Amino acid sequence: MVKAAGRMPSYRARSWSLVGILAIAALALVWRAVDQQIFETDFLQDEGERRHLRAVEVPAHRGMITDRTGEPLAISTPVDSVWANPRILAPDRRALEPLAKALGMKADDLRQTLAKRSNRAFVYLKRRINPETAAAVSKLLEEGKIKGVGLERGYRRYYPGGEVFAHVVGFTDMDDVGQEGAELAYESWLRSTPGKKLVIRDGHARVVRDVESIQAPVEGKNLALSIDRRLQYLAYRELKSAVKQHQAQSGSAVILDVRSGEVLAMVNQPAYNPNGKKGGRPGRFRNRAVTDVFEPGSTMKPFTVAAALESGRYQPASVIDTTPGFLQVGRNRVRDHHNLGVIDVATIIRKSSNVGVSKIALDLTGEQLWDLYSKMGFGETTGVGFPGEVGGQLTPYQSWARIEQATLSFGYGLSVTSLQLARAYAVFASGGVKRPVSLVRVEQPVEGKPIISRATARAMVEMMESVVSREGTAQQAAVAGYRVAGKTGTVKKSISGGYSEDRYLSVFAGLAPVSDPRLVMVVMIDDPQGKKYYGGEVAAPVFAKVMSGALRLLNIAPDDMERYGVRLAAARGSE
Amino acid sequence: MNRFYPPSGLRESNPTKAEGLLAGLHLDLPLLTGLILLCLYGLFVLYSASGQDAGHIERQLIRLALAFIVMIVVAQIPPAQIRRWSPRLYAISLLLLVVVLVIGHVGKGAQRWLDLGFFRFQPAELAKLAVPMMITWFLAERSLPPSWRRIAIAGVMILAPVLMIAKQPDLGTALLVASAGIFALFLAGLSWRFMAGMIITAVPAGWALWEWGMRDYQRGRVLTFLDPERDPLGSGYHIIQSKIAIGSGGLYGKGWLNGTQSHLEFLPERTTDFIFAVLAEEFGLTGIVLLLALYLFIILRGLYISTQAQDTFNRLLGGSLTLVFFVYLFVNTGMVSGLLPVVGVPLPLVSYGGTSLVTIMAGFGILMSIHTHRKLLPT
Repeated sequence: MVKAAGRMPSYRARSWSLVGILAIAALALVWRAVDQQIFETDFLQDEGERRHLRAVEVPAHRGMITDRTGEPLAISTPVDSVWANPRILAPDRRALEPLAKALGMKADDLRQTLAKRSNRAFVYLKRRINPETAAAVSKLLEEGKIKGVGLERGYRRYYPGGEVFAHVVGFTDMDDVGQEGAELAYESWLRSTPGKKLVIRDGHARVVRDVESIQAPVEGKNLALSIDRRLQYLAYRELKSAVKQHQAQSGSAVILDVRSGEVLAMVNQPAYNPNGKKGGRPGRFRNRAVTDVFEPGSTMKPFTVAAALESGRYQPASVIDTTPGFLQVGRNRVRDHHNLGVIDVATIIRKSSNVGVSKIALDLTGEQLWDLYSKMGFGETTGVGFPGEVGGQLTPYQSWARIEQATLSFGYGLSVTSLQLARAYAVFASGGVKRPVSLVRVEQPVEGKPIISRATARAMVEMMESVVSREGTAQQAAVAGYRVAGKTGTVKKSISGGYSEDRYLSVFAGLAPVSDPRLVMVVMIDDPQGKKYYGGEVAAPVFAKVMSGALRLLNIAPDDMERYGVRLAAARGSE
Repeated sequence: MNRFYPPSGLRESNPTKAEGLLAGLHLDLPLLTGLILLCLYGLFVLYSASGQDAGHIERQLIRLALAFIVMIVVAQIPPAQIRRWSPRLYAISLLLLVVVLVIGHVGKGAQRWLDLGFFRFQPAELAKLAVPMMITWFLAERSLPPSWRRIAIAGVMILAPVLMIAKQPDLGTALLVASAGIFALFLAGLSWRFMAGMIITAVPAGWALWEWGMRDYQRGRVLTFLDPERDPLGSGYHIIQSKIAIGSGGLYGKGWLNGTQSHLEFLPERTTDFIFAVLAEEFGLTGIVLLLALYLFIILRGLYISTQAQDTFNRLLGGSLTLVFFVYLFVNTGMVSGLLPVVGVPLPLVSYGGTSLVTIMAGFGILMSIHTHRKLLPT
């Protein structure tokens, strides 16, 4: 009992020494709480806010590009990109296997990508994935099988018009910035500015609530091009088949609306698919109709003749002696195919006489010629604002030698683009008025500036109508039911040290209907192989096919019913 | 010491009706009051931590009800009976621990659960009660302080279940079971010299444990505890997020249901092990002090009951059960606030979950039984 009595205080002592320890421990806890909640509270509160308050981007989409009727040519569709944080995403095979499978990549490639950027916190694994891939990845993320990977919403341009509109519309890069065509030319118009907002995110990086908008997103504005998609398809189809048929190097075609100066169609070969720009021929990205210049050859002659008519010293019926089929200018000689004899100005155009046009040109002053050429827009860009557009070359008349003045008159020694040529022909078509060309839809047609007299313009159209006649160089440009005017060009390609004897450019520039011209079209086919190379044989048929369709599509009244009717009757009679 | 007396002592001859009822049910009013207040406080916090989910509250209420019933039932058992059952209970829990190791159901990556079909049971929980009961039973058999031989035997008795639990692996519970046994030994009169020796051996033992006894994830937890920024997205994530939650609370907290760390799901395990951080964020230092005051009241009442116990077994058992409760509290709040490594110990009576709740309340049932079955000494 004594022992027991002695132990009682011992138990108490122990018990209360424990209470002491306990009190110290409790104090430690309280001290800890005080430390964190009083002294460190600001810092820790900030830390907390840094974890859940986040400024995020509010995506805005780029403006849509449409044709003149509102048919979409470039649309932004939402698309996801997969990113990873290589510091979190474990590079072990087991974790990467399902992800690689979902992305359609090799696990080893994926690991290498991560290993290369192992000290970064952000890397794109695959950008602009298709919706199925995105679904597979987001399923993996939801299952929580993989960490340090996320999807980023963005927009991708989709081009429903494909290669037909590729050159005109252009394309954007990965970051949705215009790189070519209208996408580049109207970048600031189409561009969207993403907004910013402050959001509360939870521990799984999901946005729980919007707190405030820091900056409102600005959507890109839509852009309606002047292009008529029906004409574009038609022109593209015919140009492509002609380029293929003649195994030509390249080709361009442009259709202008005479009244408004709008570009209704602009096509080139070779082309590319803007939705998947891989493979294909080099140079296929160029919108040759505005970026590539060529010597216009005989398609230049109407401008020389127009200058002659404007001088008042020539009439369409004025007579010129082209015998003996060549003209000696100093040491050089200008030739015709054969001796055309004494012919009038109209015949010079119809038969495309180099000698005749040179004689006229040499009879005029250089200033008179240059003045008309430059008023027609040669030697300067069209102002259409297309990226990469060139203005061609037209040297000042002061430096012209006589032979230059002669060759310029039939289209050698200067260079033009298809679009420039089309615009110049539109001056004839519009009765002497020059209008700015436009690649975007024009709501209010621009007045235009008269640069040659109405009479001259009319006379030129009538002369050019004879080119498409049985006696002219471009019978194949004829369109049933419509009166058509135009001029062929078969241009020897300039090669180093002179001109090639067997490589040509086949050009046709024309307009229709003659009674009230509405459309101007230029077709240029570069280096056709084989027997046919004349503008009247290679380019003119393309013109006829496209123009025939275009006039009907635009509901333009036929102005040649009589002859058309006769032909129809003859066709029936022969059955 | 007087302040831990019941407002009207049980020794008084004219108990009121209510007191008479409580006495008849063998319940201790101050302890009961403290427990109920703590549980209510816990439910309040849980409602917020669970994202205002009535389902959580309902299930927790059912568990609490079950736990209180267990406590009341245990309180009816006279201490002598409890003493007699101690060796058997110890044997059963050892057996179950072996079973769970052999055929243990794999849950949460660890073999802890025994699936009885209708009911999943954690034998380690039983050991939390069985080990201090066994040690006190064993030590109280002979005169105290215990001899070296008996200390050694008691040590083995503690170590066997502790090692099995640690092997599951469940470091938190192993720690609690070990401390329950050691408290019993300490209260039984372990000499100070022995304890000094223990501390001296603890250092190389700790090193040995680190080197051979710990699993990689356990070592990782210790390292992360020492430097949470070492692995801010892995194990350190828990500690950093809970430190932010606690610190964000400030003096008065962000208000009930307004904690961003928990409601935005930055805080992991917010209804279970880390519920303390939710409380700290929403109620601030004030809330913490209130919580600790409630715990302290319960613990001091428990210690008071032990000192008033009439025999060695009751005294030692009561004391060690109370102290284990304190260890629970200290380890949990310590780990959540970054004082201790994360070992997976719930905040007793507040964290969501059932098994430990029942064990803890059974422990309080024993305390009440000890207090209410005293033979009143003649005055």
